[in-house]
Amino acid sequence: MAGPVISAEEIKRLAPPEEFRASPIVEGSKGLGWLTDRLSAFAEAKTPIWWWVAFLPAVFCAAVVFPICLFYQVFTGVGVWGNNHPVMWGLDIVNFIWWVGVAHAGTLISALLFLTKQGWRTTIGRMAEAMTVFSVAMAGLYPAIHVGRAWFDWFMFPIPNSNGLWPQFRSPLMWDVFAVNTYLVVSTLFWFMGMIPDFAVLRDRSKTRLRKAIFSALAMGWTGSARHWHNYEKAYTVFAGLCTLLVFTVSSIVGLDFCTAQIAGWHATIFPLYFVIGAVFCGFGMMLVLLISLRKLCHLEDIITKSHIDKVAKLTLVSGLVIAYIYLMEFFIAWYSGDPYERWVFGHRLFGHTYCVMGWILIGVNVVMTQLLWIKKVRSNLVLLFIIGVLINIGMWTERFVIVVGSLYQDFLPANWGKYLPTRWDIGLYIGTLGAFFTLYLLFVKFLPMIAISEVKGAMPEADPHHPSGGALKEAHHE
Amino acid sequence: MSAIFPKWTNWLPLVLALVAALAGGAVTAGVAVYVTPKYYRVGYQPVQPVPFSHKVHAGQLGLDCRYCHSNVDKSWVANIPSASTCMNCHNQVLKDDPRLAIVRESATNNTPIPWVQIHIVPDYVYFNHSVHVNRGISCVECHGRVDQMDTVRQAKSLSMSFCLDCHRDPAAHIRPVDKVTDLGWQWDSDPAKAAKMQEINGTKFVHDWKVESLQSCSACHR
Repeated sequence: MAGPVISAEEIKRLAPPEEFRASPIVEGSKGLGWLTDRLSAFAEAKTPIWWWVAFLPAVFCAAVVFPICLFYQVFTGVGVWGNNHPVMWGLDIVNFIWWVGVAHAGTLISALLFLTKQGWRTTIGRMAEAMTVFSVAMAGLYPAIHVGRAWFDWFMFPIPNSNGLWPQFRSPLMWDVFAVNTYLVVSTLFWFMGMIPDFAVLRDRSKTRLRKAIFSALAMGWTGSARHWHNYEKAYTVFAGLCTLLVFTVSSIVGLDFCTAQIAGWHATIFPLYFVIGAVFCGFGMMLVLLISLRKLCHLEDIITKSHIDKVAKLTLVSGLVIAYIYLMEFFIAWYSGDPYERWVFGHRLFGHTYCVMGWILIGVNVVMTQLLWIKKVRSNLVLLFIIGVLINIGMWTERFVIVVGSLYQDFLPANWGKYLPTRWDIGLYIGTLGAFFTLYLLFVKFLPMIAISEVKGAMPEADPHHPSGGALKEAHHE
Repeated sequence: MSAIFPKWTNWLPLVLALVAALAGGAVTAGVAVYVTPKYYRVGYQPVQPVPFSHKVHAGQLGLDCRYCHSNVDKSWVANIPSASTCMNCHNQVLKDDPRLAIVRESATNNTPIPWVQIHIVPDYVYFNHSVHVNRGISCVECHGRVDQMDTVRQAKSLSMSFCLDCHRDPAAHIRPVDKVTDLGWQWDSDPAKAAKMQEINGTKFVHDWKVESLQSCSACHR
């Protein structure tokens, strides 16, 4: 097809100005072979000191603090926690929602950005998915043990039994069981399946027999044939679609757990949306923390570019703005409803005597501090972004505390009022789950392909068969 | 390096899945059969200190259940009779029988007979005998044909689903109040006709006697 010939100068003149051009997915790329070396480097190189420095305390929390707090609680009873009348849901549920929240942004980044064909997602998607899988596992633990008698957990599932009992399918608490379990299974499969081509890369590059055996088993016979790729791409798209839906269902259902109760401060139709956005916002905060630290520590500056982090920061800002809107609506509706109990609860969130500090942290961090992300200078300052990420996580933890405890401690009858203070076992268990999460994450970073090698290569300009240095040309392969 | 795993390993996932399914099925079936009160409670028949025969007393002699278990229609517990109840007859009948030595000793010294309890519900279950007996639920519904047992054994599972089966459909079990202790009683000798009459009268009794047949948790777990 003969079209009008455009000269190189003309193309240059017609091109959009620098700041509007899409930034490259990988900076300073030297071809696909170089990229493979670069991306599998960390999993193959000698373990650096910083990894041990981070891993040992994490594994101490996971292997010592965590089981002690867990078993002491299970064998003694929930009485070892601070939960008591009227605050029956304490740190167990606060941390459950927090962990589910952390999980959500991972899925959203990986699955939703995959469906919308965002090339930059390839460099951070895998890390986000790992974050999802590990934090859902942490989240799932809490409902299982906060029931008090963990050995009766099977009551939560529809198993025929000689008690003649069946789960109450009209209760969101029941939906929660299915939602969280489905989420754990689907996000684990999504994560694992995405890694199969990269396992094959590591298998083919492995130099020891043990390494080769392990990655051969994990790669499940992947050869990279056209048929493998065809099935893989189809399955991956289906999983991405499922995962995206699950982000919305899981947190909506967690929200419904609250809004079916008639407690002032919980009984609001905005809760499902509130929890979805809160979850995503919190997860973006965690994503910033993980991305910025790993980028620095694993020397991935040219892979996880500033432009990618800028985009994550922008997504954080968007979800933060929706959160701010929802806070505003909550307070407005509490006032507008004229309901004295609603007004009391929301008034006391900011001007009460016991937990008002938490209320102000929530406003200060989640609403005010997030506005810093409007500024481009802030979005390109990685230290600042890291701090913002940590603070968002604290802020969102505070939000859950305010919702759970702040609504329960002063309910309808003043005679019922009470206070809640977490005990050392509450806090120890939380530290334990944090330790377990970071242990798993560090193991993932060290041993598994933490960046989707095949996906990044697929998003490179060389992946286009018409690219001058791409396709099957000889120089594109290994040096 | 050549491929590490030989070709047959391609079958491993399938084999593992099959083994897991079979093992899981076996465990499920085992639990479903053996770990239920139907299996491990029904048939419990301990040796009692006194070889008292319900078959003789309630069956052949036709004593009413309430002659001995005299508070069953007044109290939440169906009492075990004191030895003095036995002695009402046995100070005349078989008064020197060695099998009754413990009973006589109990009546003289006012010490309890160490009966072994058979029918037992957990401490967290509140069960009221009188409310059932006075609304036409027969002894036989939970205890079986005690009038045919020489030594009493547990006939029904008394599991929670056993309670709920009846509470969810009381009309199928209710009978005229004066027939409650008549364990062999039927509406009719023809089973088809008896079933029909049970259906009609059961529904009527449930309505007329305002049988609530509670299913809320706190009905039993107070």
